[in-house]
Order: sequence, then structure tokens, then C-alpha cells
Amino acid sequence: MSPWILGFILLILYPMVSSLFFSFTNYSLLAAPKWIGSQNYTFMFTKDPFFWLAFRNTIWIILVGVPLRITFAIFTAWLLTLPRSGTRTYRTIYFLPSMAPPAAAALAFVLVFNPTFGPINQLLRGLGMHNPPLWFYGPGSSKWGLVMLSLWGVGDAMIIFLAGLLNVPRQLYEAADIEGAKGRQKFRYVTLPMISPVIFFSLVIGVIYGFQLFTQAYVASIAASGSSVTDVAGNLGFPQGSMLFYSIYLYQQGFQSFRMGYASSMAWILFLITMLCTLAMIKGSRRWVHYQGGFR
Amino acid sequence: MGPLPGRVPIAIRQTTQAKRVERGIAFANLSEIEHRPIPPVERRRRFLVAVGQHAGLITVGCIFLAPFIFVVLTAVMTTNQAVTPKIWPHPFQWSNYAQVFHRIPFLLYAWNTVQIAGLSTLGVVLSCVPVAYALARMRWRGRQFSFVLVLATIMLPIQVTIVPLYVIWVRVHQIGHFTPLILPNFLGDAFSIFLLRQFFLTIPEELSDAARVDGATHWQIMTRVIVPLAKPAIAAVALFQFLYSWNDLFLPLLFLGNNKHAWTLTLALSQFSARHGVEWNLTMAASVLFMLPVIVLFFLAQRVFVEGVTLTGVKG
Repeated sequence: MSPWILGFILLILYPMVSSLFFSFTNYSLLAAPKWIGSQNYTFMFTKDPFFWLAFRNTIWIILVGVPLRITFAIFTAWLLTLPRSGTRTYRTIYFLPSMAPPAAAALAFVLVFNPTFGPINQLLRGLGMHNPPLWFYGPGSSKWGLVMLSLWGVGDAMIIFLAGLLNVPRQLYEAADIEGAKGRQKFRYVTLPMISPVIFFSLVIGVIYGFQLFTQAYVASIAASGSSVTDVAGNLGFPQGSMLFYSIYLYQQGFQSFRMGYASSMAWILFLITMLCTLAMIKGSRRWVHYQGGFR
Repeated sequence: MGPLPGRVPIAIRQTTQAKRVERGIAFANLSEIEHRPIPPVERRRRFLVAVGQHAGLITVGCIFLAPFIFVVLTAVMTTNQAVTPKIWPHPFQWSNYAQVFHRIPFLLYAWNTVQIAGLSTLGVVLSCVPVAYALARMRWRGRQFSFVLVLATIMLPIQVTIVPLYVIWVRVHQIGHFTPLILPNFLGDAFSIFLLRQFFLTIPEELSDAARVDGATHWQIMTRVIVPLAKPAIAAVALFQFLYSWNDLFLPLLFLGNNKHAWTLTLALSQFSARHGVEWNLTMAASVLFMLPVIVLFFLAQRVFVEGVTLTGVKG
């Protein structure tokens, strides 16, 4: 236990306290931190357009990406429950993309979704679409590219849902059959309640990780812009700031502009938002999450 | 409990079984039981349903595989061809892979990554097993509180602690070295502790009690009883940590960004794309080289992965 306590104090507790302190200071690593009260926070909320841009982008990707991913995970997991033969092969194939390293996957998707020569837009043109989206090169569609990427790598969530679906007791479906329930009704009144804990788990994890989205967006953004320099004036969150997410902006402020006080206050706001969202979801979950035989 | 094989009514099963027993044939499992013949109409219906299901599954499977295939094909195209809509490489330019090794010190980066990921994994396993054991099996004051702390730590965004941590590592002159990426793992990782603790709880208490009656210390119980039984969970934790370190971009970018000799593959790959962005064939060749070990690892340890992911989800 003691190494962990040491680790906790050294790597969690002390840094938390000191980052809270930094968040009220002006600190650039070169000079000692200078106390400036709540100025970082007021600047963030009232004067920093990039903060709100990053915030809006992050909320967008969570609101759109997380529900889509969960729906797709349930769909693919359901598909995998159907066949009587070849289950292993199918499971392996469906799970495989989630094993692709995020950086490599993001690069691959920038290419696959390339507006001029990528196969997706070839296909869309072939289907008669005249102006297919620019994906990672257009501010309106770049985030959709990221959503596609997260759907492709749905495997980890899918496996959990698959286990959930396979755990639904068969008698419940048989009872529903006797009552004359149709397929859709069985899904709505048997399957959904039974897998609701898994949905809840994926939702919480999705939101928490959504706020910390970094690698995929960072890699896709610099690959599309063709430059590794990220600054406010240049191509921060290329294209046109549409890929500027909370964690990326925080990284840029803290470790490229070395505004470490400001980065700390951003981190604390992130922490508070994450906590509030998680608590709200836990509170809301009592209405719709059904635990078989109690929880834990 | 599942359905009976081929939905054979129980009565028939018993008569067949009785007949077999009469004949003196012992059979090992239920699959050897003769099936009741299925009516042709039903058989055709089932066949069509199966064809439909497999068609759907294969279609979705192709969508999942397509990006991989596209990446692998692009990796052997010429630079010019990589930016054309053509999908099949002509000619196959295998030298792209050699080019990757020319452009960046790929082996050095691979070695860096292996060191970081390997030592991190070692650290996590060594440090988390005892902590998880203490949380799951020992009774001490503050245990409940510590567990809540572990849970809270999982939710803590890394950004909250990263600025002071960076400052600490600057102070001790470790920026550009592997230390900031490896050392913290020897002091425990909340997620791994949680996962292991949940698994340890499923191991029957009687086993450790029996060992205690025989005079085993906690250390002996842990190493001789719990660890051998918890191999799947420990393997899952090790694999997750290895993959996390292998794939991570944020921390290497932060701590190694300024020292090119210490770069990891992820870092190199992300910068490669920016620097050689127009040369998609090389970028994809580098991606393939980067992905390959992970995919191979996945095929070698598929069961551990799936069990591990399920464990985290269902027990969570």
C-alpha cells in the first residue's frame, strides 16, 4: 500500500494542490509564480474567444459522438449475437480497428477521407454527390471525420455490450414471446433495460474521455494542415479552429505558450465540469438504469 | 444454461440416450446426440435467415477492414500514385518501407518505445498487485477511504496534475529523458489497481483463509495463492498498460518533444505526417510499421484482451 500512498501524495495530491495554486497566478516557468487572484478565470470566461471555441467544439463532439458511438456499439454487438457459425472470426474483425493505435488510425482516416483522392469521396461522387464534404480539410465537417474515426474503433465498447447482450437471461425473451411481444418491443422492454448498466458505464466513460480528447484530433489536425506548429495565430485546430478541443488548447497554452497559470485554471475548470457531468449522470441514472440484483 | 443442441426436445434426447446406453455406447458430449430431422420448409427458412445474417455481418466486416486494406495498399504506392484516386498500387513500390528507415531513425524510436512501454508495464504490475491485494484482502483502517480515493483518481483528468508535474520534472532536469514516463508507473496506477481489486474480490476467501490457517503471511498468500489465480487479470492490466504507453502521444509530446533522440514511435509518426505530409505513401508505410506490432500482439493475446475489456466494463 505504501508505494501507492507515496505515489498518491507525490503524483496526485501535491500536484493538485499546487495546480490549484498556480491557477490563481501568472506563471511561465522562468519566473516565480505571481499571484493575480481570479484574473485567469475572468479572462477565460469573458475575454478569451479561443477558450469558448475549444469549449464549444468539445461539447459538440461529446453530444454528437458519444450517443452515436453507443448506438453503433449496440448495433454491432447485436449483429455479432446473430450467427451460429464463424462467431470468432467476426468478433476478431469487428474488434480489430479498436486496436489500431489512435495516432495511426487518425492518419489513416485523414487519407481515407481525403476530399480529392480519398476513397470515401470517390464513392460519394460515384453515388452522384457533387460537392462531397471536405472532412478533415473543412471546418464544417472535420469533427464528423473524428466521429467516423471513433465509430470505426467502436470495438472496445462493442465487446462490453456483446457481453451484456449475451448475459440477458433467455427466459425473459421466452416470457416476452409468450406475451406476444414483437422484435422491437422485446428490444425496448427486455434488452434495453437489461443492458442499461452497460449503456450508463459507456456514457460516463465517453463523456469523461470526450473532455480529454487529444491524440486523434491533434494528429488529424497537423496531418491535414501539413505543419506541426500549433499557435493561436497560425493553424491552431486546423481547419479554422474547428479541431481546437479543450485539451489541445490547454496543451498549447501551458506548454507551447508557457502560460502555466492559465493552463492550470483551465485544468481546474475541466475537472469541475467533468465532476458535475458525472454526478449529473449518476443522479439521472436512477431513473433508467436497471441493476439486476443490486449494484456491487 | 443454453438451448439444447438443435432444439431437440428433452424426451427424444432421453430415448436416444437410453438406446445408446442399451447398445453400450458411451458418448462424451451432447453434440454426439442424433438430431431430430428438421422439416424442409423450416430448414430452408433457417438457411435463408443465416445467409441474410452472414451477408449483413460480412458487409459491416468489410467496412471495418477497408481502412486497413487501403492503408496497406497506399503504403506500397509511388508518391504520385498515392495522391490519385486509383486504389490498386501500380507498380508495387516495396522500397517505401526502406525509405521510412532512411527518413527517420525508426529502430531507435522503436527501441525507445519498447523500453518505455516495457518498463511502465513492469512498474504497473509490480506496484498495483500489492495495493490491490491490500484493498481486497487485508483489513486496515482507512481501507474504504483509500478505495474511494482510487476511484476518484481514475476520474481525475490528467490535465489537473500535469502542470506541476512538468514543473517538478523540469526542476530535476528530466525533461527529454524517459524517467517522467516510466517512474510514476512504479508508484501505482489507479485504473489498474481498481481492475485488479475487482478481480481479487472474485477469488474465494476460503482459499486465502486456508493458506492463513497453514501459517502463510499476507505476502505468501498474495504471491502463492492470489497471483497465480489472478493471472488473466494481471495479463489484462499488463497488456492495457503496454498498449497505453505504446500508443500515448500526450505525455511523450510533453516530456520528450524537445529531445529528438528520445522520441517514441507515436511522436515520430505524428511529426512525420506533418513533415512529409505530401508523401502519403511513406506516411502510410510508417503507420503500417507502427501498427504491426500491436496487431500481432492482439492476435497472440486475443483472449486476454477480450476478457480484460469485458472485465473492466461489466465489473465497473
